[in-house]
Amino acid sequence: MPRLRLGRALAALSGVLIIVTLAALWVGYKPLDLAALRTDETARMVFFRLRLPRVVMAGMIGASLAMVGAALQALFRNPLAEPLTLGVSGGAALGASVAIALGLGAKVAGLPMVFILAFVGAGVAVLIVYHLARTASGAVVLPGALLLAGVVLNLISAAGVVVIQYFTDYTRALQILRWMIGSLDVVGFDLVWRMLIFLVPGWMILLWMARDLHLLAVDEETAASLGVNVQRSERMVYAAASLIVGVTVAVGGTIGFVGLIVPHAVRLLFGEDVRIVVPCSFVLGAAFLMVADAIARTVLGAGELPVGAITALAGGPVFLWLLRRQQRYSAM
Amino acid sequence: MTNKIAPLIEARGIHFAYSANAPKVVVGASLAVPRGTLGALIGANGSGKSTLVRLLGGLLQPSRGEVLFDGAPLTSIEPRSRAKRIAYVPQTVSTVFPFTALEVVLTGRSPYVSRFQFENEHDRRIAEGALAAIDALHLAPRPVTELSGGERQMVALARALAQEPECLLLDEPASALDLKHRAALVRHLRRLRNERGITALIITHDLQLLDPVFDHVFAMRCGAIVAEGAPAEVLRDEVLAEVYGDAHIRARQAFGHTFVWSEV
Repeated sequence: MPRLRLGRALAALSGVLIIVTLAALWVGYKPLDLAALRTDETARMVFFRLRLPRVVMAGMIGASLAMVGAALQALFRNPLAEPLTLGVSGGAALGASVAIALGLGAKVAGLPMVFILAFVGAGVAVLIVYHLARTASGAVVLPGALLLAGVVLNLISAAGVVVIQYFTDYTRALQILRWMIGSLDVVGFDLVWRMLIFLVPGWMILLWMARDLHLLAVDEETAASLGVNVQRSERMVYAAASLIVGVTVAVGGTIGFVGLIVPHAVRLLFGEDVRIVVPCSFVLGAAFLMVADAIARTVLGAGELPVGAITALAGGPVFLWLLRRQQRYSAM
Repeated sequence: MTNKIAPLIEARGIHFAYSANAPKVVVGASLAVPRGTLGALIGANGSGKSTLVRLLGGLLQPSRGEVLFDGAPLTSIEPRSRAKRIAYVPQTVSTVFPFTALEVVLTGRSPYVSRFQFENEHDRRIAEGALAAIDALHLAPRPVTELSGGERQMVALARALAQEPECLLLDEPASALDLKHRAALVRHLRRLRNERGITALIITHDLQLLDPVFDHVFAMRCGAIVAEGAPAEVLRDEVLAEVYGDAHIRARQAFGHTFVWSEV
């Protein structure tokens, strides 16, 4: 029965998450020294102000992206949908670049402009992709058109970012460049709290919508006949996805394919039930990005790879493999 | 004859267009399906049958006129309560995820399950019973993405039965079924009507399977109901010529059936 499956899956994945968290806290430029942590003020500061918040941040972003991926796949009935392939990350990146070019410090109601404009950019991208991929009668989302529209939106956004870099002054152009490479560098928990203001509502919405997404993943008309308010569900998921992707991109840059690999792994492990896939993607996504970030932090020794490069190197081939498999089921 | 029974589902002069400047697809259609009867909706491609059935199921809202269910406006029934009483089966089911057939049938139980709960043993028995009722229990563990079109239609029908509805609305449920399974579907529907008192309206092009099982035939042309009555009354040369706009269609009665074919 599904409830038992969800319980078992969450228990198993939480175990994985705990082990991964401990490992991620352990590894780094210098492995964790428990004795020093008790006596040495500097070691304590490095751990509590740098490493711990960074691992938490990686977990939050990974969980968010994976859950959004699972939700978008169900909503569009397309296993290749995720923030990057739908152009949502691109839109958010363009929004964030505009904010940086306008001056990083600006805040509205205590929230960084970067968050807000990235959210707007992500939201606009979702709406554009969705409208392009619907047929004239509005009944069917064309899977091929959806992904093509996403790719083109990413290209347009990337071009937009380049143009902005040319028009803004040298230091801000450099800031945009630095930020685009993407990093989960963080000092203290300030940023984490501020992100949670956006992320927690997004997470709640997606968990709340899991049942409707399950029905939508089977068939849109059937879902409607079973009492799902399709339009409202779509809007809620768009809003949540835009919030989540906007904030994660504004902080960590474009980190692609987490939303593709993780839900897919969950489906292979625990089946197709979206009510299981959504929460499990959240937990496994956290573990996944912690691992990717730990690799990014340690593989070069003193230096650091952008975590987005790791996820793309791992996720790109998975996307291609899924694409190949997908063609068995439906003509693009 | 059946008109004495109160209609379970009824459309009164409904109009519908998919967008403000698109032509109307349903133009003043009225029909009433009495409780516990089998109705068939026939008509040429593009005559508005699917749209009418979606309107009857509450998936679309008419721009004029109203749909009544059990005497009350359909819009007054909350969508999840509606799903316990009316089950709708679309022409095709579009999923690309390899859900098992049983998982798909279990979605029919969702109107009975609250948001953060899963279906229980009882729901599972009903879902398996629904598959068994149409001789499709063997499909239960199979991924729907690997089923044939006809098998998918059986799964969709079982899902609708799992809703335990009073009324079934089926949009060409037999279009991908072979002759044996088409006849079986009609037998299943007859049994559901006789044993459970289910009311059904199905869109079909299988005119020869209507008489004598169906109680009512509604014929649609250009968005309106242009003929209705018992199968033997509607399935006549002059009526069919009018409905399909084609003088080559023939209907003849023999062996207690009405046979319909078209001169080529």
